[in-house]
Amino acid sequence: MGAISSQQIGALIQEDRVHRSVYSDPAIFEMEMSQLFGKAWLILGHESQIAQSGDYFCTEMARQPVIVVRHEDGSVKVLFNRCSHRGAMVCHDQSGNTKQFVCPYHGWTFETNGNLRFVPLAHNYGESFVERMPQFNLTPVARVDSYRGFIFASLAAEGPALSDFLGHMTSSFDDMVDRSPTGEIEIAGGVFKHAYNGNWKLVLENHNDTVHPAFVHASSVFAAGGPETVASTSVSDISIRQMRQNGAPADVWEKLGLWTAGPGHSYMGDYHDDKRLVAGLTNPIFKEYAEALTARIGEDRANDVLSVHRFNSIVYPNCSFMSQFRQLRIVHPIAVDRTVVYTYSFRMKGAPPALFQDTIAFGNVVNGTASWVLTDDLEVYERTQKGLTGQLSDWVYLGRGFGDDRPDDHAMVRGGTGTSEIHIRSQFAAWKHYMTGSAA
Amino acid sequence: MSDPSIVSPMSVIAPVAEAPILNAELFLFHEAWLLDHFDFEAWLDLYTDDAVYWVPLEVGQSDPLTTHSLVYDDKRLMQIRVRQQTHPRAHARLPLSRTVHQVGNVQAQDIDEAGEQTIRSTLILFEYRRERQRSFAANVVHRLRLQGNAWKILHKRVDLINSESELDGIAFFF
Repeated sequence: MGAISSQQIGALIQEDRVHRSVYSDPAIFEMEMSQLFGKAWLILGHESQIAQSGDYFCTEMARQPVIVVRHEDGSVKVLFNRCSHRGAMVCHDQSGNTKQFVCPYHGWTFETNGNLRFVPLAHNYGESFVERMPQFNLTPVARVDSYRGFIFASLAAEGPALSDFLGHMTSSFDDMVDRSPTGEIEIAGGVFKHAYNGNWKLVLENHNDTVHPAFVHASSVFAAGGPETVASTSVSDISIRQMRQNGAPADVWEKLGLWTAGPGHSYMGDYHDDKRLVAGLTNPIFKEYAEALTARIGEDRANDVLSVHRFNSIVYPNCSFMSQFRQLRIVHPIAVDRTVVYTYSFRMKGAPPALFQDTIAFGNVVNGTASWVLTDDLEVYERTQKGLTGQLSDWVYLGRGFGDDRPDDHAMVRGGTGTSEIHIRSQFAAWKHYMTGSAA
Repeated sequence: MSDPSIVSPMSVIAPVAEAPILNAELFLFHEAWLLDHFDFEAWLDLYTDDAVYWVPLEVGQSDPLTTHSLVYDDKRLMQIRVRQQTHPRAHARLPLSRTVHQVGNVQAQDIDEAGEQTIRSTLILFEYRRERQRSFAANVVHRLRLQGNAWKILHKRVDLINSESELDGIAFFF
């Protein structure tokens, strides 16, 4: 298969439409892995997953297995999970604690900073092998950084610093962390890993698409609706309320704020008005939590923190999170038509335990693999992917709100309405930038 | 809907259906029959009003409130799942998955002091929808309670052997 030129790639992206091959062409997908996922900062997880020295978890960057590990000096290392000898993965468990990584094949043993410490039968590899051993350390990923406890890495040695990459998206991470009464959050409650036969971009486009709930989620809005009131304490409470909220009328979505920031990032305002789901002092659990927050940071600051209303924030190309609802998803591209999304919930340390139970219930309905809501999203991703394999119609139209985008504070651009497709246009502008090396 | 000319194994053993003596195996076969023949209202009727239908996310999961679950439903959420299937835009449920629930290794425990009957079983499930067939395997525990003259399911726990793995969307009942 011949290389695709920058000019050819650039022609696939136009102001208000893109060519379907960006979703369906395996050669373009391979190029995305090297040019986009191989260059951008990717979120890998959160420091709470590796709180102690020797704690590690395994994940993938652009489909390459990596280990994220807390070294004994406290630093976070990201190492390719590939023995420098014959290539076997040196770590197979998804997470754990260890003093060393021992290759299962020939026993090569590495420290948690990747240094090769011991090789059985070392003399067999030549006389000077012991001196040459440092050449065989586990390869570290080029750049590692973190923001407020969220771990990022980049496979590229050169590129913008993490703070420049994130731009004003830092404010969404701030929202997630600042809400904690102790200023600390931790991943807890297990990981949903939902998969679909569709391109990785579809999920990131969907999360800030505010027109889809009325159509994609019509059946769960209907099923959860009806005249019955919802008790405030049953296990079904959070699920029913969230399903009903997706039925908000069109003008609610249109009035929402929708902003783009940096290379392909975006966030939307919040559409919830249910006092059980969002900040509302009428809810006793929330009142107890707000008091704990106020006790630590004072009333004025607590009011500022609790007055942030955001739903999804997207950090392109592999992260989507809900700061207000403590949900984070990491997108793993598997193939041009196969994607897996890992979803995590966060516990605010120092908040009432009942509040975390609400977080779990919320995650079950929003991110659960068998949820009333998510299953319809996955179905539509798959139908979209099928539709885009057709040969006769080449263009995908992204014109909702086109021409109404306007500059806003913090170097952001705001959609004319909350129902704009501005975030998708922004994602493709970034896509073109990464794939062709042109200015974003 | 189910073909009325075909009868469930439960209904041909009249003494079991009418007497409070439980035939555990036939009871589970009957539940599987109802699901495989799209008789969801009758399936819901097998459950008490305070029932729980639980498919844990994690192996050996002890707590549904502080750890996620694939399903953690009370009766109302179960009813919402059934009701969702009737909507014309239930995208992931139109058409409904065709299933075979193969129930095996049924072991009824002694009835406990509270009058509850625990039944352990295994489930092999095949699902077919839109040119794709999937298979699932699970260890299942039912807890039943006598309500009036009928045994009803108070609690059903389905531990999928691959609950922690990457899974495509699940829009059917185990």
